[in-house]
Amino acid sequence: MGISQLSQSDSSGAGVAAARSINIAILAMGGEGGGVLADWIVDLAENSGYLAQTTSVPGVAQRTGSTIYYVELFPEEAARAAGKDPVLALMPVPGEVDVVIASELMEAGRAITRGLVTPDRTTLIASTNRVYSMTEKIAMGDGRADAAAFLKAGGDSARVFIHRDFAAMAEANRSVISATLFGALAGSGTLPFQRQQFESAIERSGIAVASSLKAFAAGFEAATSAEASVVETRGTAVPKPGPDLAALAARINANFPAASHAILLAGIERLADYQDVAHASTYLDRLEPIRALVEQRGKQDSALLSETARYLALWMSYEDAIRVADLKTRRTRFERVQADARVSADQLLRINEFLHPRVEEFADILPTRLGSWLLRTGWASRLVNRLTSKGKVLQTTSLWGFLQLYWLASLRRWRPKTLRFDREQQRIEHWLEQVKDVAQADCTLALEVAECPRLVKGYGDTYVLGSRNFERLMQALPRLRQMDSPTARLRNLREAALADDTGRKLESALAELNLLPGGKP
Amino acid sequence: MAERFFKKEVQKLYLGEGQEFRGEGILAVTKALLQSGVSYVAGYQGAPISHLMDVLTDANDILRELGVHFEHSASEATAAATLAASVNYPLRGAVTFKSTVGTNVASDALANLASGGVTGGALVIVGEDYGEGSSIMQERSHAFAMKSQMWLLDPRPNLPSIVHAVEQGFALSEATNTPVMLELRVRACHVHGRFIAKDNVRPSFTLKDAMENPVRDASRIVLPPGSFLHEHEKIEKRWPAAQKWIRENRLNERFADGTQDFGIILQGGMYNAVVRALELLGLGNAFGDSRIPLYVLNVTYPLIDDEVRDFCAGKRAVLMIEEGQPDFIEQNLHSILRKADLPTKIHGKDMLVMAGEYTAAVVTKGILKFVESYAPQMIGARELPTVVKPAAKSEMLPVLQSQVQPRPPSFCTGCPERPIFTGLKLAERELGPHHVASDIGCHLFSILPPFNIGAHTMGYGLGWASAAAFKTEDTSRRTISFMGDGGFWHNGLTSGVGNAVFNQSDSVLVIVDNSYTAATGGQDILSSNASNPIRTTKLSIAEAVRGVGVKWIKTITRTYDVAVVRDIFKEALTTKEKGPKVIVAQSECALNEQRRLKPLVKKRIDEGERVVRERFGVDADTCTGDHSCIRLSGCPSLTIQANPDPLRKDPVATVLDSCIGCGVCGEVAHAARLCPSFFRAEVISNPSAWDRIKARFRNAVINLLQRRIERRLARITA
Repeated sequence: MGISQLSQSDSSGAGVAAARSINIAILAMGGEGGGVLADWIVDLAENSGYLAQTTSVPGVAQRTGSTIYYVELFPEEAARAAGKDPVLALMPVPGEVDVVIASELMEAGRAITRGLVTPDRTTLIASTNRVYSMTEKIAMGDGRADAAAFLKAGGDSARVFIHRDFAAMAEANRSVISATLFGALAGSGTLPFQRQQFESAIERSGIAVASSLKAFAAGFEAATSAEASVVETRGTAVPKPGPDLAALAARINANFPAASHAILLAGIERLADYQDVAHASTYLDRLEPIRALVEQRGKQDSALLSETARYLALWMSYEDAIRVADLKTRRTRFERVQADARVSADQLLRINEFLHPRVEEFADILPTRLGSWLLRTGWASRLVNRLTSKGKVLQTTSLWGFLQLYWLASLRRWRPKTLRFDREQQRIEHWLEQVKDVAQADCTLALEVAECPRLVKGYGDTYVLGSRNFERLMQALPRLRQMDSPTARLRNLREAALADDTGRKLESALAELNLLPGGKP
Repeated sequence: MAERFFKKEVQKLYLGEGQEFRGEGILAVTKALLQSGVSYVAGYQGAPISHLMDVLTDANDILRELGVHFEHSASEATAAATLAASVNYPLRGAVTFKSTVGTNVASDALANLASGGVTGGALVIVGEDYGEGSSIMQERSHAFAMKSQMWLLDPRPNLPSIVHAVEQGFALSEATNTPVMLELRVRACHVHGRFIAKDNVRPSFTLKDAMENPVRDASRIVLPPGSFLHEHEKIEKRWPAAQKWIRENRLNERFADGTQDFGIILQGGMYNAVVRALELLGLGNAFGDSRIPLYVLNVTYPLIDDEVRDFCAGKRAVLMIEEGQPDFIEQNLHSILRKADLPTKIHGKDMLVMAGEYTAAVVTKGILKFVESYAPQMIGARELPTVVKPAAKSEMLPVLQSQVQPRPPSFCTGCPERPIFTGLKLAERELGPHHVASDIGCHLFSILPPFNIGAHTMGYGLGWASAAAFKTEDTSRRTISFMGDGGFWHNGLTSGVGNAVFNQSDSVLVIVDNSYTAATGGQDILSSNASNPIRTTKLSIAEAVRGVGVKWIKTITRTYDVAVVRDIFKEALTTKEKGPKVIVAQSECALNEQRRLKPLVKKRIDEGERVVRERFGVDADTCTGDHSCIRLSGCPSLTIQANPDPLRKDPVATVLDSCIGCGVCGEVAHAARLCPSFFRAEVISNPSAWDRIKARFRNAVINLLQRRIERRLARITA
């Protein structure tokens, strides 16, 4: 298709004079091999009867910045017929680009916003992998851009849209993305060259030829096969509880609305895993009143139940040293690290943990009275802090390291007697009271209240800040309920709390509403 | 060791008469220099001419064979001053640097050079870093040519024209005793094309001849009365000579003249964009056959009055396509036509744009506007190209724009500069915010998220100088300045350190010593650790600083130790000791280090040696997805992924396989007491027998205990 489309220009226009260049724009990030891809294309063209010009604005040496490489190809015989060389452009013109290759999904979006992709002409080859921008990464919650929007836009604006995870494909072939993309370019059939002409360009480059050709082949197949690409999505498989949880599972199926089953089952599993079956059953007991409320009001409020169930499960399985030790000693975890670090059979793996507990974390797992004494008693706290002033690197794969963590994890059965457990139960009950109380009057507001524990995250200072923000919202709630559109206001406050890691944004947002402690109603 | 190697490419410099050269614009310029019989070349790296310096470095053997001396100048000023060799002797010399920033630095020497004039051809090759991808203030080199009266070449952006410009530039310089500037735009520097080569030329008059037969001519020295004579000479001799030579040698080109009673005047550098615009509008074709008269200024200063009058005479109007502002050329046209009393209407910035890059899109719109007002029938009813069509209202676009985020360049994976700012951020958590003066270099990325550190940058090496005003007894709070090793040797040692000592500053300077001028592509400098056969390296920055009188000097030999960095910042900001304080933060640029080490490591593994590879990781099940680790690091390898936990919504942190195990993640987790999710995985290739025995024993026990864990879990999850 591509070939015929390009030769049209010769037939349509006044012969030679109407011959025009094939224009290719490559959007990549610095250090991603966009240059390599451009060079391959130039070499391919120059050895296949075409004149080629490429240029770029690489600018500084650093990586990660988005860069655009631009290539123009021109049939040599047309030039010969005209008796002179063509004048090729040094930058793409919106609407005049035949192929756009994007090494990443947001870069494809960038190409579209720049007008480089047009339905009448452009073949868009995009890798669906995401290299998250700093803005997306530093968000305190979920700042990820909407991948679906990029895919939709690609479909809407390109003549042909080829999208696969060419990065993963390159990984799988132990090669680089430029090779899989080059393969996809060949597979797209947009350029007037045959597959082996592409491949000999790789061979001529003489670098990692074998692996590049393998990756090239994969890219070629992907572009020619019809099978659709997959974009990163969250697995939501319904969990299957084991024998010990059979009773509770039955209870869920019997008493709770189907819409909430997935989360509830995940919840009881999490809590039995975290503590024991009794803990899981407390979880359901705590949810009963919400269920009752929701039933009174009818199905449309099942979100309230699910979200309350979600955050209750997470809160009831708060991260303490015991939990961390438990998770770090599991075989599944060892295997995960093994896979991520690509450890082969003839290699050995050592895992070193970076731990730096503060006196608070110690107190958390001490018996309630002892724990609160430790926090009360200046000299004792100072002593512990001195002992832990330096971070600890503990090798879990060593015997001694593993045994320490294993012992720590085994304190699980004492957890209900610890200071933190005690404290968290009170806070949980208080929060649930708020949810129930609000739900009596206003279920949408109750849903917002139910989602507030999302603010409580992390360890150390991060945890402290999150908890403080959460408490602030809970304190503000009574007066918030007196105001108009409290749901929207509470949501805004929650977003303010997630807007920075200093708590200032929330401060000013509360101040605006006069909701700071001491502010007049 | 530069970021890009041209060892293979430079062989093309040996090409002889009639052979076809294929390659990058920069390399073509080098070839043109050799074909012109240049005697010496100097310069200072910086995009877009960094590659030119790298090519010359790799070509040093070839240069030597031809008796050409090449220097990495200490600064652009040094480079410009080097051209003094062409003042008294018939030596051809060329210097190169980034413009306008480099030209700013060089302008003192350039002004002196231009005043006295030259005997041998003197060529100043400036990489015009303007428009997309530019990293500097948007200004024009044109002004420097005007103020010092140097001729400015702006050739069409194809290799034959660029090579021709280099050769003609030397001849023009000699014919007019005036230094010549050759302006190359970013894309022209990096353009891949071809031209037919000539033989390299060995200079007939050599450096040896000059040094053994010294010549002096007091009238060439910028001192009264010479300086006054020079000004008259510029106007009475050199200017007319240039007008004549440029006209006679047809440096400027005309196309399709006489075809219309209106035309287009353009800078040579704009030619390809204009031709593409004409092609799209149906006013020309891909081969540059235009239906509208074109007057291409390959020399943009001076304008050749006769040529301009001749081209404009009998035309209703001309469109001046001149990139950048002020619109020097357009104003000059007005003056020429006014004096000649020609009625030709002049358009330019009124139909294009005053500020900003002249992309093919901008040029196409401008030409369309021009033609529609003087010959609408030429456009007629024909289908217009997309770029000038009124944009169709798309509901998808705004959504998309909200999702596409800027992606500026940033610190690389494993960059040793990042932890310096992490350390500062942690110190400021305890001591409060400080005024931070930034400099030019990779470290300037501190001004971006996640660090958001740095209030201003006043130019290369001027980090400490730009904080000079902040000195008062009324506060004990100190300012912090940054400076790279590149900027330090470029001028910071005197403009910053010397100045701070002399003025008894009490502020803090951090010198980022990563062994290269990293931002420009990893060229060597005095303090580089690499042994460089043609340069002297391995000199100590701390010694130099001590040498100019700084007493308080702390050296960090491993910037990845975030806690150490944080504590040194705290000490520097709080110590009772008065006087300038300098922290030398050393660690090799990771980009160059990896380029050096990767092959070695692979070799050792292949040879069966025991090698330990380190990389970091995050446990998704203990990570709560608050991303504070990322806000303290910003490493490209430390990113996010969808949360595998069905109960959690926010993405969790994760470490990509591109991690080089620099250790910052762990250090940060410790120093900031972040979270227990970080781990360091050590992968041992070719483990020793002892390694294996230990492992077997451990795994046996660990297996046993893990099975106990699994027995419990099996009863919970089916």
